[in-house]
Amino acid sequence: MTTRFNRRRFLVCSGATLGTSLLLKACANNPTNTSENANSPEGTSATPAAATTSGKTIKVGILHSLSGTMAISEKSVVDAEKLAIKEINAAGGVLGKQIEAIVEDGASNWDTFREKATKLIDQDRVAVVFGCWTSASRKNVKPVFESKNHMLWYPVQYEGQECSKNIFYTGAAPNQQIEPAVDWLLKNKGKEFFLIGSDYVFPRTANEIIKAQLEALGGKTVGEDYLPLGNTEVTPIITKIKQKLPNGGVIFNTLNGDSNVAFFKQLKGAGLTPNKYPTMSVSIAEEEVKAIGVEYLKGHYAAWNYFQTVDTPANKKFVAAFKKEYGENRVTNDPMEAAYVAVYLWKQAVEKAGTTDIAKVRDAAYGQSFDAPEGKVTMNANHHLSKIVRIGEVRDDGLFNIVFATPKAVEPVPWNQFVKSTKGYACDWSDPRKGEKYKI
Amino acid sequence: MLAGFLDALFNGLSIGAVLLIAALGLAIVFGLMGVINMAHGELMMLGAYTTFVVQNFCKQLGGLWFEIYIFLALILAFLLTAVAGLILEKGVIRYLYGRPLETLLATWGVSLILQQFVRSVNWVIIAGVALFCLFFFGGLGILKSRADKIRRRTVVGVLLVLSLSVAIATGNFLGQTYQLAVTQPWFGAQNVDVTAPSWLQDGLSLGSLQLPYARLFIIALTIVCVTGIYIFLQHSLWGLRIRAVTQNRSMSACLGIPTEKVDAITFALGSGLAGVAGCAISLLGSVGPNTGQNYIIDTFMVVVVGGVGNLAGTVVAALGIGTANYLIGSGTLALLFTPVESLANFFNFFATTSMAKVMVFALIIAFLQWKPGGIFPQKGRTVDA
Repeated sequence: MTTRFNRRRFLVCSGATLGTSLLLKACANNPTNTSENANSPEGTSATPAAATTSGKTIKVGILHSLSGTMAISEKSVVDAEKLAIKEINAAGGVLGKQIEAIVEDGASNWDTFREKATKLIDQDRVAVVFGCWTSASRKNVKPVFESKNHMLWYPVQYEGQECSKNIFYTGAAPNQQIEPAVDWLLKNKGKEFFLIGSDYVFPRTANEIIKAQLEALGGKTVGEDYLPLGNTEVTPIITKIKQKLPNGGVIFNTLNGDSNVAFFKQLKGAGLTPNKYPTMSVSIAEEEVKAIGVEYLKGHYAAWNYFQTVDTPANKKFVAAFKKEYGENRVTNDPMEAAYVAVYLWKQAVEKAGTTDIAKVRDAAYGQSFDAPEGKVTMNANHHLSKIVRIGEVRDDGLFNIVFATPKAVEPVPWNQFVKSTKGYACDWSDPRKGEKYKI
Repeated sequence: MLAGFLDALFNGLSIGAVLLIAALGLAIVFGLMGVINMAHGELMMLGAYTTFVVQNFCKQLGGLWFEIYIFLALILAFLLTAVAGLILEKGVIRYLYGRPLETLLATWGVSLILQQFVRSVNWVIIAGVALFCLFFFGGLGILKSRADKIRRRTVVGVLLVLSLSVAIATGNFLGQTYQLAVTQPWFGAQNVDVTAPSWLQDGLSLGSLQLPYARLFIIALTIVCVTGIYIFLQHSLWGLRIRAVTQNRSMSACLGIPTEKVDAITFALGSGLAGVAGCAISLLGSVGPNTGQNYIIDTFMVVVVGGVGNLAGTVVAALGIGTANYLIGSGTLALLFTPVESLANFFNFFATTSMAKVMVFALIIAFLQWKPGGIFPQKGRTVDA
């Protein structure tokens, strides 16, 4: 076949090639690592494979959903982690080196989380990863971190029943959020509970714990139901709540993501008001209140370790720094604070260990204390933090009025003591004979 | 008993109304034109975002404006999504008529683009796209008259490169000069907060029942839309043409009906209805880039069960599926069968939201085995045309 390749055709082809390469260049010029435009004269790509600390920066991975149904919550956690890294860098960095954050998008897809975790560890050779929100995403990356013996700092409250050698949990264990909340509700709001949650591992495990606790303490579970993630039709559930609790009672809400909006909007429309049907949520913080609308949430409750309204000097500093960085209309919440704390605790551990070697940093992390915005927190040998528990009521401006706080920090108990299969077990990684799960 | 019955009736109706208003646009696009529009959910999302913008605007005006913003939002959402649909039809779907698989893939791609668009849209992107369109299409228009000397493909190639580079360069320049002010996304990946006007937030108390005003509003809106569509299709000139083209495209073309125009109008109408639906669902659920994804499966389900090609089927299917979903999911059916223990246990097992969906899907599959054409299948010689 003979094709004419004249000047005109050549022009078209080369023009198209030029255009494509321009486009590709424009796309490639838009990387997600934050410190590249700040200060990175060194050739990071030339870093040899095995060494994470060589070069002028220490690379850390940030792995959260920036898109998809969980983006509503996880994006602000990334902001908090970046703020902590920026502050540390401004104060001179870690071990005299600047921290370089590599941000990956898990896209609310648990398989993507696994791929991106592998990429961060194998390809980017990061020293540590801060990431995940949903338990499903954590469960999916856990084998990756364990098989590669790497380190993940997980900033969100979760259902417990887990104690990985390779994960540090800076959010609350169930006994630091769910159990105190149930205690408080039993004492102040009523004995009959309706449990509602999203249909995945956290709400189901959390509700198992709540049911066991209610049984032990003389409360009653009148019903429970689960919505698939993203489902927005809650009419059948509201009917059930009305049937099972005709005279009012407590709703314990472990919904996550979009469904919360639908739930509270339709709850108000159906006339289930907070004075008759107080709702305790464990996934709704300041950020979510803003997205759902204060009108729908006013008077309902949430249990966390941290609220923006906590009155400590460290918190005032944190809130001010965050607003300065991201805008006056932004709010701070518990997972953001936990993520912020995680970065600082890791930095302290690295400084104590004098290296970013995973095993040494892990050992150095035990016993680290930090004057966090929520109050003083301490990392325990079971990879969880001791922290204060608070209960807040949504007020007019979308922030929380703290109605209850434990007098001192609560020790974390990852293996639940109300559930039969884990009763009497504990976790201790500082002692090689004890490990993940040992009989007390 | 009566109260329980009324409650069930109302709740079934209200779930059905949401399904119906979401499926109405699709019933027209898929049902009448045979176009599988996977971007239908994203058009709803655009409608919901329009509501968000109108709401914010009216909040600033304050007072009475905020109370009536929903009506303004309905009109604007309809117009905006109709225009978006028109662009979609003119730019993509027009070339794919009669090729359902390609249409499916192309519109699915469009849906992904739209989702990412609302996540990352900012002034830079808008400026870039506007400049590109201006140079590319403007240049094409100017050169068209004198293109006899130059080859068309060369013109397109050169113009494409030129306008792309101008657009990208301007974008980069804007981003670097004005920094955050222009590069900050308008909406971002997070959900946005649409608050219903205060008169739609509560409910109407009838004895022990409480009917949420938002639900009543959606039921009323659905009735208005269905009636409007019915009148438009049965009693207007364009409606007559749409029905004619649906029944026999080539014969209509022979008789002088501008079929391309009819296609464009039908698609725009269907898209506009998606916008109205988006506005309606923002009263009940969340508004975010993923909003459309939550509804797309349900809407297709309604249209397929209802039978392609007529609206009556869609209405019956939406109300039927809504009621079935409610009766099974709320445990009402289990309550009804209490005397027969085995049946009660069976329905109790399905009386959660997730399991109710499973059962409804199973019922639909069984139903489609029995009546593959839906509730009201098309009859006559036009079916296989």
